[in-house]
Amino acid sequence: MLMSTMSSPKLTRKDFVSDQEVRWCPGCGDYAILAQVQKVMPELGVARENIVFISGIGCSSRFPYYMNTYGFHSIHGRAPAIASGLKAFRPDLSVWVATGDGDALSIGGNHFIHVLRRNLDINILLFNNRIYGLTKGQYSPTSEQGKITKSTPFGSVDHPFNPASVALGADGSFVARSIDVEAKHLQDLIRRAYEHRGTAFIEILQNCNIFNDGAFASLTDKDTKADHQLVLEHGKPLIFGKSRNKGLRMRGHSLDVVQLENGISESDLVVHDENDSALAFMLSLVGPPEFPVPIGVFRARQRPAYETALAAQMQSAIQRQGNGDLEELLSRGDTWTVK
Amino acid sequence: MSALPETAAAGKSVEERTSVVIRFAGDSGDGMQVAGMQFTNESALAGNDLSTLPDFPAEIRAPAGTLAGVSGFQLNFSSREVFTPGDDLDVLVAMNPAALKVNLVDLRSNGILIVDTEAFSDTNLKKAEYTSNPLKDGSLDAFQVFPVDISKLTALTLKDMNLSARIVSRCKNFFALGLTSWMFHRSIEPTENWIRQRFRKTPELAEANSRVLRAGYNFGDTTEMFATSYEVKPARIQCGKYRNVTGNTAIALGLVTAARQAGIPLFLGSYPITPASDILHELAGLKNFGVYTFQAEDEIAGIGAALGAAFGGAAAVTTTSGPGMCLKAETINLAVSVELPIVICDIQRGGPSTGLPTKTEQGDLLMALFGRNSDSPVPVIAASTPVDCFYAAFESIRIAIKYMTPVILLSDGYLANGSEPWRIPRTAELPEVPVRFRTDPTGFFPYLRDETTLSRPWVIPGTPGLEHRIGGLEKEYLSGNVCYAPTNHEQMMRVRARKVAGIAAEIPPTEVRGAPAGDVLVVAWGSTFGAVAAAVDEVRARGKAVSHVHLRYLNPLPSDLGDVLKRFRKILVPELNLGQLVKILRAEYLVDAVGLNKVQGLPFKVSEIAQCILRALEA
Repeated sequence: MLMSTMSSPKLTRKDFVSDQEVRWCPGCGDYAILAQVQKVMPELGVARENIVFISGIGCSSRFPYYMNTYGFHSIHGRAPAIASGLKAFRPDLSVWVATGDGDALSIGGNHFIHVLRRNLDINILLFNNRIYGLTKGQYSPTSEQGKITKSTPFGSVDHPFNPASVALGADGSFVARSIDVEAKHLQDLIRRAYEHRGTAFIEILQNCNIFNDGAFASLTDKDTKADHQLVLEHGKPLIFGKSRNKGLRMRGHSLDVVQLENGISESDLVVHDENDSALAFMLSLVGPPEFPVPIGVFRARQRPAYETALAAQMQSAIQRQGNGDLEELLSRGDTWTVK
Repeated sequence: MSALPETAAAGKSVEERTSVVIRFAGDSGDGMQVAGMQFTNESALAGNDLSTLPDFPAEIRAPAGTLAGVSGFQLNFSSREVFTPGDDLDVLVAMNPAALKVNLVDLRSNGILIVDTEAFSDTNLKKAEYTSNPLKDGSLDAFQVFPVDISKLTALTLKDMNLSARIVSRCKNFFALGLTSWMFHRSIEPTENWIRQRFRKTPELAEANSRVLRAGYNFGDTTEMFATSYEVKPARIQCGKYRNVTGNTAIALGLVTAARQAGIPLFLGSYPITPASDILHELAGLKNFGVYTFQAEDEIAGIGAALGAAFGGAAAVTTTSGPGMCLKAETINLAVSVELPIVICDIQRGGPSTGLPTKTEQGDLLMALFGRNSDSPVPVIAASTPVDCFYAAFESIRIAIKYMTPVILLSDGYLANGSEPWRIPRTAELPEVPVRFRTDPTGFFPYLRDETTLSRPWVIPGTPGLEHRIGGLEKEYLSGNVCYAPTNHEQMMRVRARKVAGIAAEIPPTEVRGAPAGDVLVVAWGSTFGAVAAAVDEVRARGKAVSHVHLRYLNPLPSDLGDVLKRFRKILVPELNLGQLVKILRAEYLVDAVGLNKVQGLPFKVSEIAQCILRALEA
């Protein structure tokens, strides 16, 4: 871990690989995510010492140990709170949170929605495998209803959360979804998350090959994925399918899957708009069996980041009141002198 | 307005008193806290030593006129040194029957009772569960009763101002304040200034309140009802510049001052909770001092954000009370494990659970010491007076940074809202708080320890060449890498314990108030200082061999404490809980320490402790 290399202008993927042996199960989707993050990091032009990865608890939360940056493996669900304090105090740092479906949406649900609401410039990577892996296979808040697991032998009766919808509901300014094995797509989103000034949230569908293998198979199998993925691109119509012959159209207040035939053409389809909150929410909710699963950026809207507003407030206080004088502060209010 | 009324001219007598205990009591909406605080301010400026005790219901506005809605503010002011707000009242101002019913029990016999007669209506008497009017049934014969039609006189004072009945009614606290100010020779000028400032945006209210204040003052001076006024001369206290300060304000100032001495910004992550919120309020206004305040979504995020800021190099603090302490336990333990500096201020209140939010208790000592999973050594420091809150907060930051550890600072509702005069220190009088962020990569290990303090280096993100990972998993002794090796875990457990235990080396020798040996040693901690000190002094004045040790460091304990305890025949441990420090003393030193315990949401009375000491002496 004692790399003698100081921050140099030209970093490579290797500079971001820590000396720690990666201990995820062989075949885990987390490896692919780690690889994409390590690949993109050197391209961001951020000195390694200015990058911090913060995590909670769970398989995904081992992530910081494998990144040769500053890292903080904290406690279950609390990474957004710790990251918020760090970012509010140190806006100069590039702060990343690695979390999972249980960590972010169950035990840490409160911190998750509030970091999005406050809009600190933090990038959150949520590895959604729809299962508790580290505790060996209980259902998670994103597990489908009826799922049979160790803790739900008769099937879960819980209705699941949709992470992107939750993030949009919390007024997240950048909400996106990708898939562990979609290397290029994921890299692009990581780059865009970094570029976004405000909380950037990426739900990454991730395969747990031990406890929930194949949860996203239809989205990742060569033969089926084109018919099950809908790649969102700003300003482009919502088209999908192996032969690009299907699309999404508005019918009343909801979306509808249509075949591009019998007079229905591209011009009838909804054009994706990352500024459209209503559309973003509709798209975040759709999925199988009737719909494809949208991946890409649901919404990207600029609004002031918390730490920027805080710094401005502090700056203006100093301008108005001058740099705080301690002796004056201690002597505030009515004083008297005893001789 | 001159400081002294022209009482002599009015043929009235002036009596000198050493000290006076007064309580203002009324509905929680009657402005009794304001009246009490202003009377305190007037008394401080008159040069008295003093101590205050506000007492209010948890409900902001309980139903008017009911026993549950009574709010009180007690003040002890004296020409001598004051330790407590006083046991028994010399003066009670009761703005309605409920206030009378709740507080009369504390008024000493022949004490002065001022009541607002108009408030003693049938409806109000019924709400206060009186079956007959105490002003008429002779039940107050043991007291000097001054029935004053405060409501009516207030209304008459303001009748040409065309104010709503509601506004008029809300001015009457200033009539009571004016009257009592006259009675005790307080200048009302500071209050007039305060009113002008407070109501600067509503000159009409400023005028109304000022008028009523003066009317109350003049009423005392001119009416024949009051034949005597009382003078309490200034106390002889240490030279210097003074102000009045509550415990919560003192904590806020102590934190800011320590951060300044350390040369790093203060970061407070906090969630509002009674009775700690005022620290957040105080600090939120100090942005031009480089103070960051982060009102978090919950108690856990409050300390989480603070810990994140500590990682980034801030003087990090979180403030809370008992229920919040429960929620913060896991993060405190994370701080123990990652060895980052953070101060957790626990302003204790009555418990368990929501308990008595606005009342005081010392119930969290064992939780502070032990309330986390595994062996989790955390230094614990307790403030003893409102003024001491400043120094205890300062010391907590200093220890946290020096030893790279979370520190728990214990205060309580009594200290938080109570106030006393404070000789404002010059920053040059205060200890240094050195901060050394490590920047040198040569020979760096995240858990390489300082040989003396055993603390690990503080390396903040942004430092090139020192990138490293920390976390809550057990770490390898030097590298900090995750490590499950059995002997390594034991080594880490022991070094964390040794680090905190080692702080004892710099704790000053235990100060024994009184003789170094004797029959009874009273050992106490926290906010009971005033009552214990006064009680011990009182009993010692009767020639008894009793001394007092007040502990500021609860973990680690002073290294000479065992020897001090051995020099006394009996150890008495008064606490506002069911016996927590007493358990520690018995366990640590194998002494037959005996507890004196009170859990009524109220501080000890001096007499309660004195009687217990006397009983112990006899036994």
